[in-house]
Amino acid sequence: MAKQLQARMLLSGDEAVALAALNAGVLLGTGYPGTPSTEILEAFGALGGKAQWAPNEKVALEVGLGAAFGGARALVTMKHVGVNVAADVLFTAAYTGVTGGLILVSADDPGMASSQNEQDNRHYARAAGVIMLEPADSQQAYDFTGAGFAISEQFGLPVILRMTTRVCHSKSIVEQKPLPQPAAAPSFQRDIPARVMIPAHARPAHRRLRDKLAQVAAYAESCAQTLVEPRGKALGIITSGITAMHVRDAAPEASVLQLGVSYPLPLNAIREFVASVERCLVIEEGDPILVTELLAAGLKVEGKSERFRFGELNVDRVRRIIARDESEEAPAPRGKPPMLCEGCSHRPVFETLRDLNCIVAGDIGCYTLGVLPPFSAMDTCVCMGASITVGLGLRHVLPEAEARRVVSVIGDSTFMHSGLTGLAEMVYNPPATGHVVMILDNGTTAMTGQQEHPGTGRDLRHEPTHKINFEEVCRAMGLKQVVTVDPLAGDGALATTVSAALASGELAVIVARRPCILAAPKIRQYDKAAAEKLLARNAACSAAVTE
Amino acid sequence: MSEQNVINVVIAGLGGQGVVKASDILADAAFRAGLDVKKSEIHGMSQRGGSVASDVRFGPKVNSPMITRGEADCLIVVAPDQVEVNRHVLKAGGVLVSPEALANIPGKLPAKSINIALLGVLSTHLDLPVGIWEDAIKANLAEKHHKLNLAAFAQGRAVMQG
Ligand SMILES: Cc1ncc(C[n+]2csc(CCOP(=O)(O)OP(=O)(O)O)c2C)c(N)n1
Ligand code: SF4
Repeated sequence: MAKQLQARMLLSGDEAVALAALNAGVLLGTGYPGTPSTEILEAFGALGGKAQWAPNEKVALEVGLGAAFGGARALVTMKHVGVNVAADVLFTAAYTGVTGGLILVSADDPGMASSQNEQDNRHYARAAGVIMLEPADSQQAYDFTGAGFAISEQFGLPVILRMTTRVCHSKSIVEQKPLPQPAAAPSFQRDIPARVMIPAHARPAHRRLRDKLAQVAAYAESCAQTLVEPRGKALGIITSGITAMHVRDAAPEASVLQLGVSYPLPLNAIREFVASVERCLVIEEGDPILVTELLAAGLKVEGKSERFRFGELNVDRVRRIIARDESEEAPAPRGKPPMLCEGCSHRPVFETLRDLNCIVAGDIGCYTLGVLPPFSAMDTCVCMGASITVGLGLRHVLPEAEARRVVSVIGDSTFMHSGLTGLAEMVYNPPATGHVVMILDNGTTAMTGQQEHPGTGRDLRHEPTHKINFEEVCRAMGLKQVVTVDPLAGDGALATTVSAALASGELAVIVARRPCILAAPKIRQYDKAAAEKLLARNAACSAAVTE
Repeated sequence: MSEQNVINVVIAGLGGQGVVKASDILADAAFRAGLDVKKSEIHGMSQRGGSVASDVRFGPKVNSPMITRGEADCLIVVAPDQVEVNRHVLKAGGVLVSPEALANIPGKLPAKSINIALLGVLSTHLDLPVGIWEDAIKANLAEKHHKLNLAAFAQGRAVMQG
């Protein structure tokens, strides 16, 4: 990408993180797709960085942590709910600490443009005890990523770079500044008490963690990411992330303290700021986290009312918070919702499940749109992987006639992400009525923009790699009924197969296989390129043999 | 408006109509003119057909990337049936540009280039040099689409000048 060479660029927050990671010498970028974080690794790969998709977020963070133990800088990306999956790693990685800089990007989605909840991942920094940086635009995304690796190494702690949809996907100008402190070369330094978390090592590690956090708080008092903008004395606003930008527009006369390090908090700087103004407001998107902590610290600050906890903030809502205006906000006019594409291979699946009057334990992906008319054929959708297991729970307790109607529906990427343990549960604790799982294999992670996964046989760059065969995996796990159908064949095989599996009262997996119609032309291209490469290699080999 | 001289343009339509592409081009044109610029939209669903709206703000200094309801100087709507759901963003006296503006266009206009033709109409309301617009169009589209879209842009401009 020639863009890399320009000094001044128009970049999304995601692209800015990728560019900074490249310039900071990151040796490994890994993650699992999820809006709005997906473009970070794609851009990092396009810039020439080593970028790879992991099967899920826990795996990604573990791989990243290993790289950081080896002294390398690593970037791990995911959407907010991905951090739930990776949380087990995160909490103990805070104890072990890191040698090379480790940044975990958590891309939160206030307002739920494309998510199942609007959890506020600022809680995670506090719960786990890791540093959190919050950029407000692409320039800060670039600067904070660069600084984040240096901070992570200085204090030996993972850093969460918390972005939100508006920071990830908005484009703004980035000046490519040189970054502090270049990356060191990786090498293994044995440090058993720091990295082997048996209780005898973990007890002192917890105390070490608290000491480190106190040091980070002291550092944050005067670091470049703690931005104090003194203006009027009448009003001061403490804020973080994108809200800082809305605040500057809504109250140009107000003094502003933008907390670039939003955990641990620089309490002295905050105290000084509060004392410098007559009225001090804390304006934060999402949960009342900062305001609660500042009130607990005995500071005289005001928060927002409960109604502003929901959804995104914007300039209008910030004006209302300042004015204490509690009048009803005009609802946003409803646009047209997205639909399954014409010709989408998920369509006949949900027509069949609707016509068979199934109770459908669903999952997350394009196919969640099977919940909307004309299908209305999904009864649950909670988190990735929950289709198989929630379906099993229903099967275990429902009266027999109802239990026999339960089907679990899971996408191919979701199956690789968190379906395998559900299958293990199914064969280990089979319901009395059996169970039917449908894997909707459309050859891509369609929902987030067609990323590869271990079941496609292609890596992040769409180059060939090992392909996991779903049918073989199911059989190896002990399933006797494993059937593959083409949902678009139009021969009635789909309905017959589902009916037969339901009637059998046994455990069954149906793989409904047909590429996503938007991805299909590209998949054909990747396959063709791979075949040509193989042919060329074989030709070179036989030439070598005959020589 | 809090920051002086910031221009707010909303581009709206349905998925697959090139709304994001059009806003990329507008933002790039402002960027090439040396202005501060921020552009924001919610995207992420691959599926076709849902509503899309993109905010572009440019001027000497831009803070929030989002345009406040009732504060847009211009609104471009690529899908005629999306005009009403987006009208609330316009300020009093703001400019609405919809495909209706192209009704009397000279020559034929391919459906795929309506977004670019509407940018042509918009360009007559803004202070950005034509050469910069053309550079931005070329930088954001594959070479094989340049000729068609530069023509569509010129057709859009001609509507207002004719
Ligand atoms: C823990 C977690 N990580 C990531 C996501 C984002 N996400 C939602 S669905 C999905 C995968 C969809 O792919 P697939 O299962 O193949 O279904 P398709 O969209 O192709 O129909 C992803 C990555 C999420 N919701 N939760
Ligand atoms: S993007 Fe693919 S999987 Fe998603 S709705 Fe369209 S055809 Fe179906």
